Amino acid sequence: MSIISEKIKQTHAYPALLMGTVSLLVCGLLLITNHFTTQPIADRQREDLTKLLNQVLPQTVYDNQPLDNRYQQEIDGHTYLFYRARLQEKVSAIVLFTSTSGYSGEISMLVAIKADGELSGVRVLSHTETPGLGDKIELAKSDWILGFVGLSLSNPDNKGWAVKKDGGEFDAFTGATITPRAVVKGVHETLQLFKNNHDLFLEIKAPSAENTTEKKQTKDMINSASIELTPKPQYRSYYAEL
Amino acid sequence: MQSYNYKEILKDNLWVNNVVFAQMLALCPLLAVTSGATNGLGLGLITTAVMILSSLLISLIRPFLTPQVRIPIFILLIAALVTIADLAMNAWLHELHKVLGLFIPLIVTNCAILGRAESYASKNPWFPAVYDGFTTGLGFTFALVVLGGFREVIGSGTLFANASLLLGDSFSIIELTLIPDYKGMLLVILPSGGFIMLGVLLSAKRLLDTFLENRKKVSEQ
Repeated sequence: MSIISEKIKQTHAYPALLMGTVSLLVCGLLLITNHFTTQPIADRQREDLTKLLNQVLPQTVYDNQPLDNRYQQEIDGHTYLFYRARLQEKVSAIVLFTSTSGYSGEISMLVAIKADGELSGVRVLSHTETPGLGDKIELAKSDWILGFVGLSLSNPDNKGWAVKKDGGEFDAFTGATITPRAVVKGVHETLQLFKNNHDLFLEIKAPSAENTTEKKQTKDMINSASIELTPKPQYRSYYAEL
Repeated sequence: MQSYNYKEILKDNLWVNNVVFAQMLALCPLLAVTSGATNGLGLGLITTAVMILSSLLISLIRPFLTPQVRIPIFILLIAALVTIADLAMNAWLHELHKVLGLFIPLIVTNCAILGRAESYASKNPWFPAVYDGFTTGLGFTFALVVLGGFREVIGSGTLFANASLLLGDSFSIIELTLIPDYKGMLLVILPSGGFIMLGVLLSAKRLLDTFLENRKKVSEQ
């Protein structure tokens, strides 16, 4: 009945050989799957990114492929990742990945700023805020995040960049003040960062900007980048405990 | 030749020995995804697919197995199948993968799959093994959808929200808003609510079983 005699199965080598063979077969299977799915997955991620960029950048602002203009910039020991949108070779806007600490962890955001310092759009990429309270920063749950469009450092002024509870101009959610406060602060800080490093982000070559560490990433980097694009399900923080 | 009572296996895996409601296995992915019926259905279907394939593979290599290395081999095969499912979904069911992506690797830790591999697939020919994997998967899907459905209705007032992401646009009709302008009940959506709802459902099943048994006894007398 049995294909392999019991005698062979009793040897010490048999289990090792069996384990090795199965491992090899499994590796082969995984290699094949990986080979066939790498390209589709990269395409999907790029589509996601394009969709996201279209949400925060009006298409009239640029005539290049911002996705192929991916840069890294180190400022004060923190590396920022951003895309440059160009109109007739001149940088017309940047789309910057940034993050802020919310109520229960990091809120990562995408902030698009036009060359004149005006916000073109803000989106929350992932967060672990309380579902039902803090998650109204997602566009899927509330259009609160759209309120940032058109604002800049001078509109409102410094005092206005806070939630209403703190004397500012932004609405907070019922039952959740910390989350919108964090997002407002994060966006405000990003705008200040942009203002302070205006020339760097816009590729304006000033004598003082000689020692920048700016470097252009190759196209391949874009595909291999695993940027989290969607608001993750909110259970990330609980998931480890389950 | 051993004969198989397929009706009995079906009843056993779907109800009497349901992985969740009777064996209390696989609770980790269960509680994590069942904030909605759609997510439950999605994970249930993927788990079923993995279960069918793992049962098939394991029953096919059954003659080669030795007791010493059988468990590592089961784990290896299940992990490979889950990785393949993860990659394939990311490539071809991307929208769903964005919702469930986090939980797909959890299928590896689903002790129900290992349990069926060890207790059934490694002892039976391929057809009954596949059938057992399929019905156990269905039982798990059933549990996920029921728990997800209850949590979704009570927690957010909808049923099968976003089902079109999973099943295609033609299924958007099953997306129901049962309670309009519902403020939601946060507790039920959070994992702790999952435990509470699971407890409620388990007691409901127990009550139903006891009731049916009593009625049977009465009718026999």
